[in-house]
Amino acid sequence: MPYAIKVNGTVRTVEAPADMPLLWVLRDLLDLPGTKYGCGIGQCGACTVHLKGTPIRSCSLPISEVSGEVTTIEGLSAAANHPVQQAWQAVDVPQCGYCQAGQIMTAAALLTKTPKPTDAQIDAAMSGNLCRCATYLRIREAIHRASAIATGAASAAPGGRSRGEE
Amino acid sequence: MTATLSRRTFLEVTALAGGGLLLGSRASATGRGRRAAALANAYIRIEPTGAIVIVAKNPEIGQGVKTSLPQLIAEELDVEWGQVTVEQAIADQSKYGRQFAGGSTATPMNYDELRRVGAAARQMLVAAAAGAWGVPASECETAKGVVHHRASGRSSPYRELTAAAAAVPPPDLKTVPLKDPKNFTIIGKPIGGVDNPSIVSGKRLFGIDVKVPGMAFAVFEKCPVFGGKVISANLEEIKVLPGVRSAFVVPGGTNLSGLLPGVAIVADHWWAAQSAREKLRVQWDEGSTAAQSSVAFAARAKELATGTGRVLRHDGDPDGALAGAKHVVEAAYQYPFLAHAPLEPQNCTAAFGNGKLEIWAPTQNPQPGRELCARTLGIAESDITIHLTRSGGGFGRRLANDYMVEAAWIAKEAGMPVKLLWTREDDIRHDFYRPAGFHFLKGGVDANGALVAWKNHFVSFGEGDRFVASAGLAGAEFPARFIPNYHLESSVMPLGVPTGFLRAPGSNALAFVFHSFLDELAVAAGRDPVQFRLDLLGTRGMVIDPDGANGYDAARMRGVLELVAEKSGWGKRTLPKGSGLGVGFHYSHRGYFAEVVEASVTTNGRVSIAKVWVAGDVGSQIINPSGAINQVQGSVLDGFSEAMAQEITIEAGRAAESNFNDFPLIRMRNSPPVEVHFKITGYPPTGLGEPALPPAVPALCNAIFAASGKRIRSLPLSHHGLRWA
Repeated sequence: MPYAIKVNGTVRTVEAPADMPLLWVLRDLLDLPGTKYGCGIGQCGACTVHLKGTPIRSCSLPISEVSGEVTTIEGLSAAANHPVQQAWQAVDVPQCGYCQAGQIMTAAALLTKTPKPTDAQIDAAMSGNLCRCATYLRIREAIHRASAIATGAASAAPGGRSRGEE
Repeated sequence: MTATLSRRTFLEVTALAGGGLLLGSRASATGRGRRAAALANAYIRIEPTGAIVIVAKNPEIGQGVKTSLPQLIAEELDVEWGQVTVEQAIADQSKYGRQFAGGSTATPMNYDELRRVGAAARQMLVAAAAGAWGVPASECETAKGVVHHRASGRSSPYRELTAAAAAVPPPDLKTVPLKDPKNFTIIGKPIGGVDNPSIVSGKRLFGIDVKVPGMAFAVFEKCPVFGGKVISANLEEIKVLPGVRSAFVVPGGTNLSGLLPGVAIVADHWWAAQSAREKLRVQWDEGSTAAQSSVAFAARAKELATGTGRVLRHDGDPDGALAGAKHVVEAAYQYPFLAHAPLEPQNCTAAFGNGKLEIWAPTQNPQPGRELCARTLGIAESDITIHLTRSGGGFGRRLANDYMVEAAWIAKEAGMPVKLLWTREDDIRHDFYRPAGFHFLKGGVDANGALVAWKNHFVSFGEGDRFVASAGLAGAEFPARFIPNYHLESSVMPLGVPTGFLRAPGSNALAFVFHSFLDELAVAAGRDPVQFRLDLLGTRGMVIDPDGANGYDAARMRGVLELVAEKSGWGKRTLPKGSGLGVGFHYSHRGYFAEVVEASVTTNGRVSIAKVWVAGDVGSQIINPSGAINQVQGSVLDGFSEAMAQEITIEAGRAAESNFNDFPLIRMRNSPPVEVHFKITGYPPTGLGEPALPPAVPALCNAIFAASGKRIRSLPLSHHGLRWA
């Protein structure tokens, strides 16, 4: 049946079965492939999007239960310049990159709620997002960097120190 | 596209199939064939805008070669990295030589060659400028994509020289001069991944993101028992379900590396196909593998160990040395099957028409995929085009091309382009697993504290003299050749479960066994684990077999072991009760790595890792320090992931685990700081995708022993009442 959902600021109408997860609506019906499939059971976080600003697992949310605006990685910022997106590049976080859209969406939501998170707050917020390449150390660093960028305390220029060398 | 074509000039640098490189050039491209050939052949394209397009030859799976290999060309071409745009090559061995992601080989195989490609192109551009100005080429210099002639004050950007350069005879690649590394401006600099902007903005990039006109979506159900065949399926019920376009049996074969039997469902979108699959009922002929299980393998291994195996190596008099040893330790070690579980599940897009097959695949190894598709579909290899997409992780899983041949077959049978996507459960249950293994060990230390005897009855999988894939153990593997009295024999069991290469294959298991047992011997003899290992390495340099094979540079290993001991404060720090340091080292994939883990274990088995120190020697040059450190940190954490709770349990011929709830990965809250030190030596640069992983596992296990007195002889740690804090 038809569903109208607001995605990245635009109301979109799709014809979909009621149990079709938001993830597949985004990927296969709305041509928004940035949100990824990793497990289908809410274990990995690759499919994280914002629903009314809160990070949720789109693989486990049927289209019939979507109420409120959805933001995906494609809609996080106008020019891929959200502080988290800038920081991810400045710190060179990705290895394969597959999980990173989900990581970025979770991190962006964290920083909205907690603009200057501690390591413990970052770990608590991010531990639902798996990274098979285990870029966790850089994700943690990039969230601190994003926090600094957002508050004007750091630039998005890459480098600054040789990571891993303390 | 066509409009800009006539304005483009090309400088091509082409690799020939028979090895060696040939520089070719021409002034302009006209016609589709020429342009296609140019794109397929070119490593370097200088566009009229001044943009420098560099082609990345190998599949990118997260190891960073799409950035690091073009760095090599850009450095010697002498351009600014900011000018460079990187393009992924199509799979074409006749143009690029071997294109694969495996064995940490991209750096050692390409470090010199790709630098020469860049240097040759630069030389031709310089010759073109010198010719135009009527000055000797030797008086010209380059920087940031511009040729300068200092004496006359003239300069010209590369983009203005391409037409003239195309007429310059290409230099001999063997003798083209290369930069002195002290003048590097791109190699050795931390450079962000070239796909980072696309990754952080969610652009279409991975195999799963491929979209081609008229494409349908497919799922493929195989027998849960490896190698099982379809007897019947309720296809008529499936075909009428919403969105389903077709459903059919794929006959498949019996070769576990080929196309296997199953049922394909093709639908308007993936969810429709997967929903229909929920209603699929297949009657399977499970075959003989249904009788196999992990429990039975372990029991059989124990029986085999009491018998005599095939002798793989015998040095000195191990039994005599054991009889005379002051400390003798006997222990049985084992490790489980493991899945690769790259986060992007297996997928492939295929289109078949007019006898030609076009593939878009996240594969690590396209050429065997091409051969497999050609053989299975009965078409010529030359009728297959393979586009390489970025892979959401590989770890060795995508060296196999089972998903590719499935997509090809389904697209042909369905008569439409198809994107096949596996579920996570398909991925965990239909892997080519890291094989389990069993080691029955006995070692002896003499009164001087020296390791004098080592015996190992290794029980693995195979038939007769052959091991199944990735299940072998070489006679020269460390600590062979470092212990005067050494014996290695092996017995094998038949296996119907497909096995394959997991990141640092062999090494990822052997380092655990050998460095844990070395630790037991050191402790039994009351010796410091680092000093015990330094003594074992001795004062030798390169240890090599008489035929020149199996080189192992003991001096390089000592170098990293001493460095990591120093950086970790080994022997110099007092740790609280419940905490301990563990050490391990391993040589694999041309890299020497030693690692120290500081861990604590609570009385109720909660493990935390405070910190990890890594020292690695991969030669004279780190191409991209940012990517390099990322690889090492990820490898170490990957090792911890494997050690803590990963296991594939074979029950009734099938994998019992199915998703990240029962095949868990390490999470951020359990990931400690990993301090990385590269020891720069005079050896040729080598790869970093794998060699940092193996020592992490024994270093953790030995730290757990130091912290808790609990000796870990089997993995995963979760079997010993341990879990992350």
